[in-house]
Amino acid sequence: MPLPSPPEPASLWQALSAAGRLSRRWLSDDHSRVSLAALSRGSSLGRPLGELRGRSVLLSTRDQLPAALALIELDGIARRIVLCPPDVASAHLPGVMATAETDTVVGDRAAAGLGAAGFVPAGTGITPGASDREPGEATEWILLTSGTTGAPKLVRHTLATLAGPMLGGGALGHGAVWSTFYDMRRYGGLQIFLRAMLGGGSMVLSSALEAVGDFLARVGARGVSHISGTPSHWRRALMSGAADKMAPRYVRLSGEIADQAVLDHLRTAFPAADIAHAFASTEAGVAFDVGDGLSGFPAAYLGRRGAVDMRVVDGSLRIRSARNSLGYLGGIPQPFDDDGFVDNGDIVELRDGRYHFVGRRGGVINIGGQKVHPEEIEAVINRHPEVQMSRVTARKNPITGAIVVADVVVAAAHAPLDAVKGQILDACRGTLARYKVPATIRFVPAIEVAASGKLARNNV
Amino acid sequence: MSTASQIHALFAEVAHDQHKVLAPLSDELGLLETGLDSLCFAIIVARLEDMLGVDPFSADDEIDFPVTVGDFIRLYEHAAALAA
Repeated sequence: MPLPSPPEPASLWQALSAAGRLSRRWLSDDHSRVSLAALSRGSSLGRPLGELRGRSVLLSTRDQLPAALALIELDGIARRIVLCPPDVASAHLPGVMATAETDTVVGDRAAAGLGAAGFVPAGTGITPGASDREPGEATEWILLTSGTTGAPKLVRHTLATLAGPMLGGGALGHGAVWSTFYDMRRYGGLQIFLRAMLGGGSMVLSSALEAVGDFLARVGARGVSHISGTPSHWRRALMSGAADKMAPRYVRLSGEIADQAVLDHLRTAFPAADIAHAFASTEAGVAFDVGDGLSGFPAAYLGRRGAVDMRVVDGSLRIRSARNSLGYLGGIPQPFDDDGFVDNGDIVELRDGRYHFVGRRGGVINIGGQKVHPEEIEAVINRHPEVQMSRVTARKNPITGAIVVADVVVAAAHAPLDAVKGQILDACRGTLARYKVPATIRFVPAIEVAASGKLARNNV
Repeated sequence: MSTASQIHALFAEVAHDQHKVLAPLSDELGLLETGLDSLCFAIIVARLEDMLGVDPFSADDEIDFPVTVGDFIRLYEHAAALAA
């Protein structure tokens, strides 16, 4: 069945202008604040945009604000924009640039040396002057996947596929001040950036170099009303003790499984806020939001008629919609099955009328032939009131190939650790098959969160 | 505590955690007759590695796979002595 295509905004600049109120809207990071009105009277790229028409651009900056400004200016002008987060290993960049056939690098000083292509400096200073922003291209936006091993994949989107989840306006929070823990060059961050730009709002950008508490203070000072992050981002924010520095009306989680514990903790921290968790991926786009405060999603979502078709095949959730990416660039297998559904390998289980995410197909631990998803064990551990964060991994074992072990972060010394360990193990034994109960529990001061905002998982 | 008594205590602890009935331990008792299954032994080997700093099963040297509780204890005593 063909799906209805969303109406296509001609360019990001046109769409954000159409949302109006430019003089009261801005983008900020930990150094600067740039008014959209100023951007309407000049350029952050310091040269006529005409020079960049039809180019394939690698957009590479350490900070997010110059990238956000350049993106606003280049959509509809460039043929293709590769959004390069700063954590992409430099060894991968030549391959990325070759696959994307980039002929121009727009970036900060660190990016000036990237190949012999034309270089345009990106910054946060606005050079006054008329810019011809008449869109001439349906620009392709290339997002890079954040896999921990191997080269990133280049995922093709357009403004239309990315803005698909916002059509209808309900998700836009008109005039809101948005923020996100995500880097705005990743799918989850880009969703928030576009909501701010298309919905007449402003945005506070995060910085990889900033402590969580400092970011939250900035978010509070700027009056952020809508904010998103992964469950790992949110656990870290709650652990920082600085979550009370902000007072959001809307709290959103995406990118990882939102277990009941993190939803409950956020409800306690922000009693007046709407709390929603979304299922989305770079390849599939946003599939749905869940706003009832419970983990998982109602099984009835699978039968809903609307913009998104969903089904479960071989245990994994498959998504087909106009929000899907257009696939990968380069000669690699595409993420679609025969019917055009994207399979991200997210495994679901039906319990009591709700589908619950239990883990990823690629993240399975094999314990003597039995399959274990680390996430389902973490969800049980995280229910303990003293636990702030946990990570379950496989440890090599000569008898069963591997056993389950857990790293756990607890709140500062409330209860004796041996008692906490015993209670966690009791909870695991009460709900999980015995091969899923951690053989050892180690209390650690912190658990690494990757640049993608997801728990760093280094499987054996 | 000697390696032997540490191992005896660990067998008892894991048997309790895993709801297994542990047979009275002696050096001659076969590992398969202890009442512990392979998951129990997987856990015991992991915990012993944490306690003693050695995992004789994963060491490079070829080992004679232990058959009795006594073999199992001697394997760890030997590995711990080498590591010391």
